[in-house]
Amino acid sequence: MGRTLPLFPEAASTFAGNVDALYFFLVAVTAFFSVLIAGLVIFFAVKFRRRSPDEVGAPITGSLALELLWTIIPLILTMVMFVWGAWVFLDLARPPRGSMEIFVVGKQWMWKVQHPDGQREINELHVPVGRNVRLTIGSEDVIHSYYIPAFRQKIDAVPGKLTTMWFNASKAGEYHLFCAEYCGTKHSGMIGRIVAMEPDDFEQWLAGGAGSTPVAGGEQLFTDLACVTCHQSDTGGRGPVLNGIAGKAVLLADGSTVVADDNYLRESIMNPQAKIVAGYQPLMPTFQGLVNEEGLLQLIAYIKSLPSGGSGY
Amino acid sequence: MPDANQAAVHGGAHVDIHNPNLQHHFNDMAQQQEASTLGMWVFLATEIMFFGGMFLCYILYRYWYHDGFVAGSHHLDLFWGALNTVILIVSSLTMAFAVRSAQLGNRRGLMVNLILTMGLGAAFLGIKAIEYSAKFRDKVIPGRHFEWHEVDPIGAQAFFSIYFAMTGMHALHMVVGLGIMSVILFMSWRGRFNETYYTPVEISGLYWHFVDIVWIFLFPLLYLLGRH
Amino acid sequence: MPSPHAPVTAPATNYLNATHGLASWLLTKDHKRIAILYLISITLFFGLGGLFAGIVRLELLTPQSDLLEPDTYNKMFTLHGVVMVFFFLIPSIPAVLGNWLMPVMIGAKDLAFPRINLISWYLYVIGGVLTLAAILGGGVDTGWTFYPPYSTVSPSHVILAGLGVFVAGFSSILTGLNFIVSVHRMRAPGLTWFRLPLFVWAHYATSLIMILGTPVIAITILLLALERGLGLGIFDPTRGGDPVLFQHLFWFYSHPAVYIMILPAMGVMSELVAAFSRKNVFGYSFVAFSSLGIAVLGFVVWGHHLFVSSQSAYMGLIFSILSMLVAIPSAVKVFNWTATLYKGSISWDAPMLYAIGFIGLFTIGGLTGLFLATMGLDIHVHDTYFVVAHFHYIMVGGAIFGYLGGLHYWWPKMTGKLYSEAWARVSAIVIFVGFNLTFFPQFIVGYLGMPRRYAMYPDEFQVLNVMSTAGATVLGVGYTLPLAYFIYSLVKGPAASANPWGAKGLEWTIPSPPPTENFLVTPIVTEPAYNYNPGREVEVA
Repeated sequence: MGRTLPLFPEAASTFAGNVDALYFFLVAVTAFFSVLIAGLVIFFAVKFRRRSPDEVGAPITGSLALELLWTIIPLILTMVMFVWGAWVFLDLARPPRGSMEIFVVGKQWMWKVQHPDGQREINELHVPVGRNVRLTIGSEDVIHSYYIPAFRQKIDAVPGKLTTMWFNASKAGEYHLFCAEYCGTKHSGMIGRIVAMEPDDFEQWLAGGAGSTPVAGGEQLFTDLACVTCHQSDTGGRGPVLNGIAGKAVLLADGSTVVADDNYLRESIMNPQAKIVAGYQPLMPTFQGLVNEEGLLQLIAYIKSLPSGGSGY
Repeated sequence: MPDANQAAVHGGAHVDIHNPNLQHHFNDMAQQQEASTLGMWVFLATEIMFFGGMFLCYILYRYWYHDGFVAGSHHLDLFWGALNTVILIVSSLTMAFAVRSAQLGNRRGLMVNLILTMGLGAAFLGIKAIEYSAKFRDKVIPGRHFEWHEVDPIGAQAFFSIYFAMTGMHALHMVVGLGIMSVILFMSWRGRFNETYYTPVEISGLYWHFVDIVWIFLFPLLYLLGRH
Repeated sequence: MPSPHAPVTAPATNYLNATHGLASWLLTKDHKRIAILYLISITLFFGLGGLFAGIVRLELLTPQSDLLEPDTYNKMFTLHGVVMVFFFLIPSIPAVLGNWLMPVMIGAKDLAFPRINLISWYLYVIGGVLTLAAILGGGVDTGWTFYPPYSTVSPSHVILAGLGVFVAGFSSILTGLNFIVSVHRMRAPGLTWFRLPLFVWAHYATSLIMILGTPVIAITILLLALERGLGLGIFDPTRGGDPVLFQHLFWFYSHPAVYIMILPAMGVMSELVAAFSRKNVFGYSFVAFSSLGIAVLGFVVWGHHLFVSSQSAYMGLIFSILSMLVAIPSAVKVFNWTATLYKGSISWDAPMLYAIGFIGLFTIGGLTGLFLATMGLDIHVHDTYFVVAHFHYIMVGGAIFGYLGGLHYWWPKMTGKLYSEAWARVSAIVIFVGFNLTFFPQFIVGYLGMPRRYAMYPDEFQVLNVMSTAGATVLGVGYTLPLAYFIYSLVKGPAASANPWGAKGLEWTIPSPPPTENFLVTPIVTEPAYNYNPGREVEVA
């Protein structure tokens, strides 16, 4: 066969080391207790083996001290795991501000990517080393999962909502990209590669031919879908002003407020009457079927790019 | 060493050992009756979890699609819904009378009340059929042909999905209930029950009350909540 | 100390030969005969599920998808999961060993509802036939988890297979109901709760999960079928539904379902450890209550299957800490079994070999579960072969080892025949070796990042996959051995005495095989379980 036998995955993101340290801690705990239990069981089974057919064991019923001991020690150990695991997780789950944002759409059976500068890729992702990269991920059909083992990072692509993941590549190279959530016939073909490049190489790659940017694409859609007839840049329109709305709190007709994050913006396009902004009528039709997941991401990019200038809420 | 585990007692020296309704693996009628009643309660716990899954969906979607749910709720017919609630409450009463008649060994009273209960159950299903056909006429059946011209069509569709799932599952339980009542009616016609043996009537009654109680929850959640 | 029990001579008629003919079996209300019906039917399904597993492993011998089309491969792993989970693991110990032993262990003539017990076997068979129909009609390719929206659009027989699972679920509910009522109402005089064998405690806890969890998967699958068949929009995002809600509902049952599979095996373990060290189980009440603890905590940990599914981070944290807690009662059990061996009189009979194997493998399986409850680590290993390896250590190393150990232990009682001890030891060792060779490499390939449910995979994973397939072959051979010597024992095996192991417990006080009514006279219980040293119990400090 003559193939290699790797035992440990490459670590190529800033938090891969943290995840691996946690892994080694759990491996150590597992090894310790497995050896301890197996050792004791075999030792007892040999030492106290039956020596005559009618022999019975010693009359020992239990020990409260021992019960407490082997309740409390595992409890402490698992709490250490929980806290450490939560600490690593919160780092993995919260993209830092100012990350470079790349849009990813999963569909059976490919990953479509659009960079902020307009470059498009399929089943590949070029990223610069040493920069925080945030992926905003949607799905056009079923659930997928964007998984980069070398970065120790994964998130599902769920139809009907947007998810995010982030990473900071620490080492240039090519890494596996897998779809980790079973998605039908060619699930195992929904793979690709992540190319982490030195910043200079990445700039060169970027210069290699950009299409229209997501913001420009969103602006085009905004006009094509006639969004602009109602959402004008002053308060005269029938719909709310969108300038500067992204990331702000929005007051709704029922008195509650909601933060205008990506998922809120997405819902407001696909199911506009779910949350009505205070002071406006529920007039907007759904754009479900009129705009695909990529278009949605572009519209969101466009809305987020609008300068805050109109009146706020 | 003497074996402490084994000692000879002949299974339950009770007077009712010869009751023809005592199954061979029970010691006495009391044990048999307790087992049957507990069995039905355990089964009802299962039923609560079964409907619980749908109630969870209801709560979540009502929270997400408040406006669609209010609008969808307005579309339901309050009159038929309220009438059905009254019918089921009365049927619970007649069911309770039936159980009491069985305990007293009153065969005639048992049968009359069972027939009343079944009649009311059938009336409930008839009214449900009228309501369903109105929904078909108005094309508010979830799916490709769903039509909605008021606020929040997506939320309204979620409302009607849940409406049909919950009331449909409830109606199915009513149909099963009618089947059980038919068997009980047949058994009482054959004179199978008396003062010492009425457990089947009792546990069927528990089932019937449970199905009624589910409706008592469904009616306000689906018909009333959010209505002005 | 003389032999624990005076020999009980086997009477001429017993439950096996009391009546004859197929109808006397298919219409029986005797819990012991129903257990035998289950034994035969779940063995058939185990063979079927094993066949699918074999095909999956064969395909994974090479990185390319060369033996099967990807579509066929997807159907194979789906069917392996559906058949093994719903038609083998969930019914295995409760419906076979539990059905046979629960009434005997509580000193009753039968379960509370013998007719319902028979109905539950028929429901199991009907569910199995529906699923087989889905298989013969072209299969299902959604994975055993049936996640929408894929399961609403998949062009395979989802509804039929789902219906099979739905019907089989009611079989499980009725079994649980029967056990709960029987334990409450049918115990022999003097048999208080704290004199019950731990096998009964474990099955009681299992039954709680069966009656409270199973209806939730039933309604979930029903809603999925309504969505697929009628167009309801509960889980479909284009109609306002939420696919993640399905995952919540699915795992609300399916995580506790893991405990439906493992708790009865833990019950078997307590019996084996006590019988083969001739000692009472160390910390009886801790072991008993840890079963209930697992059953209760098992209901509040489902969200650890959703750490990467867009669930909010705070919900994730809560589910993570709760999942950590459920490890404690499992650890308590393992430590108590180990302590039971101390100063025991330990025999190395085949059932004990399975018990020893169980303790080791369950320890690894349980500890690797902590990797998945640890959030920062789960992000990486979620949906990889690490998960596959972990749950096979629990399902095979735990549940199947428990099942086989229990089957060997009670086989003489159930059939009145002795099997070949030498062959039984050989097969236990072969299964242990084959199992570890199959699944240990999967931990490594999982941490390397190989996702589960892949028909094709990158070349560098091949060596580990070849090891795994080689192990599966050994495991397959190991499984066929018991089938052979068990059947042989029925034909040519020597007759078993009432208590061939010299064990304590009501089941060993009646003939092998026992008469239809189990006890000719109702037993009166005056001592705790596992009382090998009457009157000499001491507490160690």
